[in-house]
Amino acid sequence: MLAQVATFAIDGVEPRPVWVEVDIRSGLPTFTIVGLGDTAVRESRDRVRAAIQNSRFTFPQSRVTANLAPAFLRKAGPGFDAALALAVLAASGQVPAEALARYAVYGELSLGGELRDSPGALAVAEGAHRAGLERLIVPCERAREAALVEGIRVVGVASLREAAAVLSGREPPRPTTSSPAGAATIRTEPDLSDVRGHELPLLALQIAAAGGHNLLLEGAPGTGKTMLARRLPSILPPLTRAQAIEVTRIHSVAGLHAGGLISARPFRAPHHTVSASGLVGGGTPPRPGEASLAHHGVLFLDELSEFQRTSLDALRQPLEDGHVMVVRGQRVLELPTRFMLVAASNPCPCGFAGVGDRCCCGEVDLRRHRRRLSGPLLDRMDLLVTVERPQERELRAPPLTSSARARERVLAARQRQQARLASAGGGCNGEMDSRLARRHVRLDRAAELALGAAYERNALSARGRHRVLRVARTIADLDGRDRVSAADVLMAVSLRQRDLAEGSLAA
Amino acid sequence: MTAGTGNTAASERACEECLRRSWLVARLGAQFDFARRRGRDLPLIFDLPDARLIAAIAGAARPAVEREYDAFDPQAAAARCSAAGVETLCRCHSEYPRRLAATTGSPAVLHVVGGRERFVRLVTAETVSIVGARRGSPYGLEIARSLGRALGAAGLTVVSGMALGIDSAAHAGTLEGEGATVAVLPAGAERPYPASKRGLYRRITGSGAAVSELPPGSEIRRWTFPARNRIIAGLSAMTVVIEAGERSGSLITAALAEDLGRELGAVPGRVTSALSAGTNELLARGARVIRDAEDVLDAIFGAGVRRTVPASRVSRCSVRAELRELFDALAGGCDTLGALMGSGRSLDQTLTQLAELEVSGHIRREAGGRYVVRA
Repeated sequence: MLAQVATFAIDGVEPRPVWVEVDIRSGLPTFTIVGLGDTAVRESRDRVRAAIQNSRFTFPQSRVTANLAPAFLRKAGPGFDAALALAVLAASGQVPAEALARYAVYGELSLGGELRDSPGALAVAEGAHRAGLERLIVPCERAREAALVEGIRVVGVASLREAAAVLSGREPPRPTTSSPAGAATIRTEPDLSDVRGHELPLLALQIAAAGGHNLLLEGAPGTGKTMLARRLPSILPPLTRAQAIEVTRIHSVAGLHAGGLISARPFRAPHHTVSASGLVGGGTPPRPGEASLAHHGVLFLDELSEFQRTSLDALRQPLEDGHVMVVRGQRVLELPTRFMLVAASNPCPCGFAGVGDRCCCGEVDLRRHRRRLSGPLLDRMDLLVTVERPQERELRAPPLTSSARARERVLAARQRQQARLASAGGGCNGEMDSRLARRHVRLDRAAELALGAAYERNALSARGRHRVLRVARTIADLDGRDRVSAADVLMAVSLRQRDLAEGSLAA
Repeated sequence: MTAGTGNTAASERACEECLRRSWLVARLGAQFDFARRRGRDLPLIFDLPDARLIAAIAGAARPAVEREYDAFDPQAAAARCSAAGVETLCRCHSEYPRRLAATTGSPAVLHVVGGRERFVRLVTAETVSIVGARRGSPYGLEIARSLGRALGAAGLTVVSGMALGIDSAAHAGTLEGEGATVAVLPAGAERPYPASKRGLYRRITGSGAAVSELPPGSEIRRWTFPARNRIIAGLSAMTVVIEAGERSGSLITAALAEDLGRELGAVPGRVTSALSAGTNELLARGARVIRDAEDVLDAIFGAGVRRTVPASRVSRCSVRAELRELFDALAGGCDTLGALMGSGRSLDQTLTQLAELEVSGHIRREAGGRYVVRA
């Protein structure tokens, strides 16, 4: 007897259809699995056999061969267990094979026959929907997540026994609901209203959020750089449903999330010892890196100068293109990486430049520090802001703003940008190249003079000028103005990331 | 042309004998490093005539050096100089800086980039050298800058070695004060050393000069630094040391200046700071206390004869009236945004005004978000 059931392998964050074929014929009792599986797949033989027997089915006492097709695709992980077991049961006539044909099955089995929580169910549901399958069996912990995909019926089951009952129509599938719409508005993120003082960084956060500008926070240890960066997601526009599904899928595949839709923008803060593949994705089997986990959210690099150069260089493509191609063996994997980059750094090796006379670094130390920071990554940073220790009277004063208020301004500014950049395919000011900036940044007369003067006097490099234009555009958007004024340009000059060419150090 | 006939002021290049001497010093480069004992003795070594110098220093290389010495081609040496864009000025020349000529072991040839005439004019005027640690503290760097600025503005020529730290800050400050400055380099004058100071080198040679005793293409060696220091001390009426550790090369310059009977000054620092150990030691031994440019002018011209114009007052005039209040606050020590915001200014306005001052070159933003008032 031959039976076949659909399941999915997860390749990076993409589902790839896999057919589990099981053939049972007379011969010495053996159970072999072929089809390029890893160790977890090979070990699945023992799990499947025990699970079938412990679920009060019989494991066929004959020659059982299972094949995972297509044979060229490398298959990793225990997610094929349930499909293998059901295919064996179908091939031995213990569940109806024709019922199984409409289903995709995904999940790991315990020896006792329970379906265990298996990461990546959302990706599998998307794949099943794309492959035209009507129904999907997943572990019940994952049902809510898989049900986010519309147009497919998700059946969450707790055990192999329950799955068999559903297939043979003896038991109606238990109802699954995707997360209710209301749940998306419950936010537990840290709020800007916890912040006292820090007027400049708060302004910079709003500009960064409004224009999608990458931000570098500079300041002595303990001044609140990390605290501020953590609050950035709370003022970003809410995720659209499509974006939320993308985020949920990535986090589910990485095993970081189970349950409903992720509604908050992700905030990832990898430790500075992270490797290049940890940052952009890789390994065997390839897994999404921090850049992908921060997709549609914020990637925060604390102590930027401590990161390995190779790791930071690896971020170039993800920053430029919004996705990264990871090449492993013969396969190319595309992982989405559209994130906002926020970095924090000490101003000098000892960390205390600008704090009274505490700094003890020489010119060479400063130069080396700058060089460690500089390079392609810094080129992508539009804003540089110094975070100072708040004054005592500021700590006693009420908070300057709240996330709700700031977010309103940010949303309004984003809408203005989208209307303006609609012809160029949408996006935000931070993504404008120089051609778009020329077309869409309209300066008034005084602003033109101010920018011209700054450039003429060599206070701005060509790249710096472009940055100032983009940021000034965002400042005007936040204020709801169509024309960029001289004050906007000058403020952008104050907030700009200084080029090495502009020589902020002693000669 | 030989030394005996003497060079006229109009002659374009150094005499044959001096060129040969200069070549010889460079040729003995490796051997000098062996012979180098203490920086203070270098002038005596350099005072030896050619033949004795070879005998004393060359060692095993002596026959080869003597052969090359005899075969020396002055035409080719001169051609190499002009190819590198270097002008020469030799000891036999009437224009050779008098102050330097009066020293023991003065260099035979000065190789000049930035115009020989200008160089001669600059070092004939009153000259002050400002030297100090490579790893200067922000305090030392700012003092070096402001001294350079004020002395440059007062029309003095500031001489230094273009090293990292204090030296460079002094040059940069002088340029900010629109004064002229002379850099004495440890390798060929055509080569900015350290290379990271290329930009500064261009600005120095644009309005002042870079000089070296070594012909173009010479290598850096350990002895070329103290040798360069003797030229700095020799060219200057006064030497000011800002921040020097106990074994700093700047102390060699100070000792040489003292030996020459020139004025010596030092900027006091904290007694607990290792960077000020050398300067405080100089002060304890009787060097002049230098607190500002006024003290330098008093030392050179006599108390109260010449006054400096406070640099910040000059630049204040060029600040737009609306920005003056902010500028004064910055000059008064409120140098970070946090400090400025303390007195009820609005953030937007402060940021725009700071940008305006930065663009117009009145202030500079440094690490840690500190704003420093420039010239």
